[in-house]
Amino acid sequence: MQTQTTGKVRGIISNLVTIEVDGPVAQNEICYIHLEDTRLMAEVIKVVGKNAQVQVFESTRGLRVGDYVTFEGHLLEVALGPGLLSSKYDGLQNNLATMEDIFLKRGEYTEPIDREKKWDFEPLAQKGDTVTAGDWLGQVMEGWMEHRIMVPFVMTGTYTIEEMASQGSYTVDQKIATLKDGDGKSHEVTMVQKWPVKRAITAYKEKPRPDKVMETGVRTIDTFNPIAEGGTGFIPGPFGSGKTVLQHALAKQAEADIIVMAACGERANEVVEIFTEFPKLIDPRSNRHLMERTTIICNTSNMPVAAREASVYTAITICEYYRAMGHRALLLADSTSRWAQALREMSNRMEELPGQDAFPMDLPAIISNFYSRAGIVKLNNGQTGSVTIIGTVSPAGGNLKEPVTEATQKATRCFYALSQNRADRKRYPAVDPMDSYSKYLEYPEIMSYYAEKVGPDWIGKILEGKNYVRRGKESYEQINILGDDGVPLDYHISYWKSELIDFIILQQDAFDKVDASTPMERQVYMYSKVIDVCRMQVTFEDFEECSAFYKKLINLFRQMNYQEFHSDEFKRYESEIDELLTQKVQA
Amino acid sequence: MAQAFQRIYTRLEGITKATVVLNAQRVMNDELATVDGRLAQVVKIVGDRVTLQVFEGTEGIATNSEVVFWGEAPSLNVGEELSGRFFNAYGKPIDGGPEVQGDRREIGGPSVNPYKRMQPSQLIPTGIAGIDLNNTLVSGQKIPFFADPDQPFNPVMATVALRADVDKIILAGMGLTNDDYLFFRKSFENAGKLSKIISFVNTTDDPPVERLLIPDMALTAAEYFAVEKNEKVLVLLTDMTLYADALSIVSNRMDQIPSKDSMPGSLYSDLAKIYEKAVQLPSGGSITIIAVTTLSGGDITHAIPDNTGYITEGQLFLRYDTDTGKVIVDPFRSLSRLKQLVIGKQTREDHNQVMNTAIRLYADAADAKTKLENGFDLSDYDLRALEFAKEYSLKLLSIDVNINVTQMLETAWELFAKYFSKEEVSIREDLIKKYWPEQA
Repeated sequence: MQTQTTGKVRGIISNLVTIEVDGPVAQNEICYIHLEDTRLMAEVIKVVGKNAQVQVFESTRGLRVGDYVTFEGHLLEVALGPGLLSSKYDGLQNNLATMEDIFLKRGEYTEPIDREKKWDFEPLAQKGDTVTAGDWLGQVMEGWMEHRIMVPFVMTGTYTIEEMASQGSYTVDQKIATLKDGDGKSHEVTMVQKWPVKRAITAYKEKPRPDKVMETGVRTIDTFNPIAEGGTGFIPGPFGSGKTVLQHALAKQAEADIIVMAACGERANEVVEIFTEFPKLIDPRSNRHLMERTTIICNTSNMPVAAREASVYTAITICEYYRAMGHRALLLADSTSRWAQALREMSNRMEELPGQDAFPMDLPAIISNFYSRAGIVKLNNGQTGSVTIIGTVSPAGGNLKEPVTEATQKATRCFYALSQNRADRKRYPAVDPMDSYSKYLEYPEIMSYYAEKVGPDWIGKILEGKNYVRRGKESYEQINILGDDGVPLDYHISYWKSELIDFIILQQDAFDKVDASTPMERQVYMYSKVIDVCRMQVTFEDFEECSAFYKKLINLFRQMNYQEFHSDEFKRYESEIDELLTQKVQA
Repeated sequence: MAQAFQRIYTRLEGITKATVVLNAQRVMNDELATVDGRLAQVVKIVGDRVTLQVFEGTEGIATNSEVVFWGEAPSLNVGEELSGRFFNAYGKPIDGGPEVQGDRREIGGPSVNPYKRMQPSQLIPTGIAGIDLNNTLVSGQKIPFFADPDQPFNPVMATVALRADVDKIILAGMGLTNDDYLFFRKSFENAGKLSKIISFVNTTDDPPVERLLIPDMALTAAEYFAVEKNEKVLVLLTDMTLYADALSIVSNRMDQIPSKDSMPGSLYSDLAKIYEKAVQLPSGGSITIIAVTTLSGGDITHAIPDNTGYITEGQLFLRYDTDTGKVIVDPFRSLSRLKQLVIGKQTREDHNQVMNTAIRLYADAADAKTKLENGFDLSDYDLRALEFAKEYSLKLLSIDVNINVTQMLETAWELFAKYFSKEEVSIREDLIKKYWPEQA
């Protein structure tokens, strides 16, 4: 063992501190600055000669030249083990729920995992088995989820199981297996392991292309621009365009086993909303409390800026950990712009040459590297697991031509553009149907998935619907230029067809009990019905008759959306629609 | 105020417009000092070289000026005696009264643990339908007025403050003109509520950099009353644009690379640190923040309103409505993000649908108006929408309205029935059955 490196503070500019060290230090190594009786955590970000520059994850008020520093010899890590689900962590994985004071106390670090709690362990492997990193040794039940205990990801090479704990009750720190490496050396394994967050966990066999759709219950996503399980998407939007409501809808409804929400530099009250509401909500698929499948990493906008970066990496690492157990994890990162801004603040203090809008030059590489950690994977034992990432971006001034949006657009496959115009007109969710896209619709794997699950003509129908919306928009522009009377009646018809799709499919009331979430079966039913209406050949006397007809139709369809699927009320409105259509066709 | 362990230096190594540099030992980051009697704060330490930011500016400071380090960060004495008093940016009385004795608190202290917060749930009624009906305020919320400099945001804010049911009102005035300062003072006096008001004021007569201390001073006082006395506190911040301007002056003088609109790259974090002090505490105390961000020419893409919008829980736009000659709360661009927590819960069940429908119909009127301006014929529906819009603006959106929420809903239903059919209104049928006024 080499002795611990220590140092002394030499300079302070806000949270960038220069330390003179007396031994070796590594880039990104963690250190603690001792300030009276507290310790402030910091990360090395640059080394020049004997001076290490560190970013401190806390306020540096009161720090003095000469203060003592100790280096830890490891990078920023998280603890992985049973008990992560339903936890509320800060960006550095401190458990917020076990802190006592009402204010966040500087230098207070709490255990991320309960060390006393006993878990009922059940072995999955046997003495004599050959194993590698990520292989399942056993499992405990974390709520209703099988939590596999794996060979720690840091262990390289192959091992033989020398000893295996029997079924029983253990704390996370008790030994559950002893593994022997090729040199005959023994290693003890417990239920908890550590992993440096900025590195991807790659303990899997292969990462194939996504071939399934992840249902979200949000029609404008599922029907128009679906996201694949293990895919990537992002939601850029100016403030007030409904990013948060959409993210929360995804967190409540998305078809995933695990949801990790990284509230990165956002409002504290939004996190409080999750704390308050999720424990009351039931996941319709599993009939369990939503909170049981949710982990929250929150580094709200008033918490230390440097920890924002850590928070998104902590979140993705937890997702990868559950993926290695064969679960489907969804990461909702809100908002990656705040993380980019944290990088900018630090780059500025280090007096680096700035890129566009004063962001660091390597920003696109950092963003693309982050999203590349998503994916569906085949594990060593043949099972699959996935991590899907949906990030939000807060473009400055709502202008999508800014570095964070552009870099994210290159790194992701789904683009859900929130439009100020739609938000102003209260057309929620304000996802712009024309600007948004999902590249997964072009994947042959996804095409055959739909052909099998929904029907061979489904993608054709999606494209047809998009075309109605596009033509409707063009007609609308013409009507605005030439006037209601100045255009042929066809223009009005095509405009109203697009309004029908907009009101019934694209718009959705996130605060209505029924309308908030639409299962795929219902989406297919409603969308097909709407497309059938669009396909009908209808004629009108004049544009006023046309708009009156479609308004009536839209009203009836909307009432349908508010009713339980296939309920009596639902059917009553449906027959009213059918009657209206029959009359129209006969006339 | 200064402590016993003062360290005194008398040799400055460098002077810029806003900062001085000297060699000193054992200096703390963020520590306060006086340079030739002027207040300054440590902003940079490199070895023994210490950079101090002098709030008033460095004009006339000589290289042999006396520098005294205080051994503490900026602080405020807090206690019940704060009530009814007026202070400057340093927490010194400007009303001729005595210094406040009491507990000394560092300003700009730590954040509340998000896990210990409560979800805001108390409606704050203001009587203004543009706010209560369309953009309901909730205790623990933070929301700014986005307004052009010529709009009456200060009177509206004073009205809201005086009507709100709170225990303390704390005014943080940054770059207030002397006239506006006196206006606030007078309004509070006239309402007979001076005893529950505390003011921290930096007027245009004072150096702009001093403003940077104002919000933290006000919020430290607010935290005292909310956390320790379990009181409901309303904080008024006016004008945050002038605060941000002061930030950019400092960052410029510190040679930082500016980002968008010459603002420092840390603008978002700097503003968030202030606004996030808004909180609902489990003990019942709360801090609600109503701010003003002045715009130039209504441009909300400028870095200051833009970053503010991402931090605050909505924004209120004032607009002069030419059709009615009234100042209204713009229903399109205004938003209260927390309204969903109270509407339909502390107000009638039809609140959400009535609100959205009225705005949708108002948008139809806006479309009709565009058509009219482009010289097209208007349909019967267009004409009705225009009439509706006028009355809606007069009876509900105008800021001189003062009625309760149920009256607002009744008024909206009356207007729906007056100008539209049930189908055009397209509200959930059970609500139509219950609330549609049958024509006399």
